Amino acid sequence: MNTVWVLLIVISIFFSFLNGRLDEFTKSIFEGAKSAVEVSLFLLGIVSLWLGITKIIENSGLIHRLSSFFQYFVRKLFKNIPPEHPAITSITFNFLANLFGLGNAATPLGIKAMQDLKALNPGRETITFEMMLFIIVNTASIQLIPFTVIGILADHGSKDPSAIVLPTLLATFLSALFALGILFAVRRVFK
Amino acid sequence: MKTVSLISQLIIPLFILFTILYGCAKRVRVYDCFISGAKGGVGVVIRIFPYLLAIFVAVKAFQASGAFEFAQELLQGILEVFHVPIDVVSIALIKPLSGSASLGVFTNIVKTNGPDSLASLISAVIMGSAETTFYVLAIYLGAVGVKRTRYLVPVCVFADLVGIIISISIVKLFFPLG
Repeated sequence: MNTVWVLLIVISIFFSFLNGRLDEFTKSIFEGAKSAVEVSLFLLGIVSLWLGITKIIENSGLIHRLSSFFQYFVRKLFKNIPPEHPAITSITFNFLANLFGLGNAATPLGIKAMQDLKALNPGRETITFEMMLFIIVNTASIQLIPFTVIGILADHGSKDPSAIVLPTLLATFLSALFALGILFAVRRVFK
Repeated sequence: MKTVSLISQLIIPLFILFTILYGCAKRVRVYDCFISGAKGGVGVVIRIFPYLLAIFVAVKAFQASGAFEFAQELLQGILEVFHVPIDVVSIALIKPLSGSASLGVFTNIVKTNGPDSLASLISAVIMGSAETTFYVLAIYLGAVGVKRTRYLVPVCVFADLVGIIISISIVKLFFPLG
């Protein structure tokens, strides 16, 4: 992330100098700060909400039932998570929320999943392979029906807005498979 | 389509109902549980905030500086060779960086090219199959405060690139006349 951030900032300053947009640059960083606050406030609400609900799942013991039910699927991909660990449930919930396009639930549950994965390796500042795997699957954005996109196409008078469902699904699954392939291949190299 | 949409609408209400009823059945003080869990949210968001700030400032600056237009022009030449509409460049570049901005760019492409044009179809598939990678990275890495991310970021960027090429190829296969 360090490299990405430095590149974005340095390139931005360089180009705003070339294009005579130094003023816009300064304005844009304050605007960026403002939207970070807005998004954080939004996150504060939904993250707290879902943490409250998952606490009920944990305290009522529902989590053990759910994780023993889901672990067959999740442990195929995440081999190093012990049975009935809370991470199994939070990872499954996050994947399901993504699948059904429930972004407002997916992000908080994903944060929970990351923290559960961290609990497996406390005190480490280096990312674990499980965390990378989880993030890669999330950035592949596996979603059954892209409702927002279909909505926009329909609004503008598309003949058949749902025609993109199949190609989108195919593209998503292929790129997810490819991303996982790259990750596993790179792990072999760096081991 | 309709069934999936219905399931999407039902899933959260049913899930919450089930959780609460199960808690009550197990004699858990559901309300107090919810409060004690929700308390943790503040800490999480405070921890994530600096990461979000960093990425939002960088992305906004990148858009405002004109570097974005430069990258677009650079890539247009390559796309023309493969008979891919030029507008696809802007969606492919903006999608990994910003969710709200990509939605704006997408709406604009649909408006100017028409909803059934090749440009709109490719953009729609990219919108649906790519994720705002850097936002996801900032939030999920921020949530656990890992400093060394090893090869994760390069793998993500490369996977995004491949994903966009896959999206373009699939649309060209599905809608050959475009």
